[in-house]
Amino acid sequence: MAEDSSSERVLTAQHVVEYPYRRSVGPVLSRFFTALRDGRIEGVRCDDGRVIVPPAEYDPDTGRSTGDMVPVADAGVVTSWCWVAEPLEHHLLDRPFAFALIKLDGADTALLHLVDAYRPENMSTGMRVHATWSGERRGHITDIVCFAPEVAS
Amino acid sequence: MSAADRGGTFGAELGPVTMIDTPLRLEYHVTAGRAQTRYLLGMIDGKFLGERCPKCERVYLPPRGSCPTDGVPTAEVVECGPGGTVTTFCIVNVPFRGQAIQIPYVCAQVLLDNADISFMALIQEIPADEVRMGLRVEAVWNPAEERSPSLESLKWFRPSGEPDAAYESFEEHL
Repeated sequence: MAEDSSSERVLTAQHVVEYPYRRSVGPVLSRFFTALRDGRIEGVRCDDGRVIVPPAEYDPDTGRSTGDMVPVADAGVVTSWCWVAEPLEHHLLDRPFAFALIKLDGADTALLHLVDAYRPENMSTGMRVHATWSGERRGHITDIVCFAPEVAS
Repeated sequence: MSAADRGGTFGAELGPVTMIDTPLRLEYHVTAGRAQTRYLLGMIDGKFLGERCPKCERVYLPPRGSCPTDGVPTAEVVECGPGGTVTTFCIVNVPFRGQAIQIPYVCAQVLLDNADISFMALIQEIPADEVRMGLRVEAVWNPAEERSPSLESLKWFRPSGEPDAAYESFEEHL
């Protein structure tokens, strides 16, 4: 075997791993996704009165079952964000966008989604955004295409 | 204003959503590195090329280019096999999507001659219930013109006809 040299050929390969998951959503997320299909966002109320969006079957703090589903607005406030300058193939927008945590009006927790803001200068913590709904909804988080900055009127 | 207010509802007559598809796709660009490149190119010649640690003298197969115990480069290339010993094995009886081999079949750890770590491989040309610890096996390669620098060049292992290896000969490799 030849001694190491910079001209030694090193093999490379493309590997793709795919998991075609289909999962059951349970009673609470079923309500959430069904509401999305209807063009509405619903959270769930905990014992202490907080509204969790997206909803969970159990209170993340106490472990107790959560209560009634509560409609929340499809607009809210960005609490944190991260700019994606070069979207990848699987991202849902083909132009630069932000991943953001969005606290919807009426909710006490934030939802992770995209903000279509074109440029990072248009993003700021505390900015208001509203949902852009898909024209063909099927009961999936992508029924909300993205959120867009609210234009002051 | 929600989409519902705009009259944009769909599937209201459908039942509640009970399932969602969440496919996951991971795309890797893998660089094998020099040691694994030598190992993979060996597949074309029907050879297992391991590498020996200069300190502990153990032979790693497949080689990663360094000894995980001593942290030194493993420069010496050592040809392993084609014979080997089944150390442990499992019989696969469960069908699954994409399964290429008829069940039941045997997946075994094969300790190749000269190597110090075992190698996961398919055992064929023997009924599944006759595979045993210590069974001596040999590599069966695809025809030379069909080989590539890939483990797919190796078809499987089959019994070599030699007497079983004594347990003591592989007990440190379980």
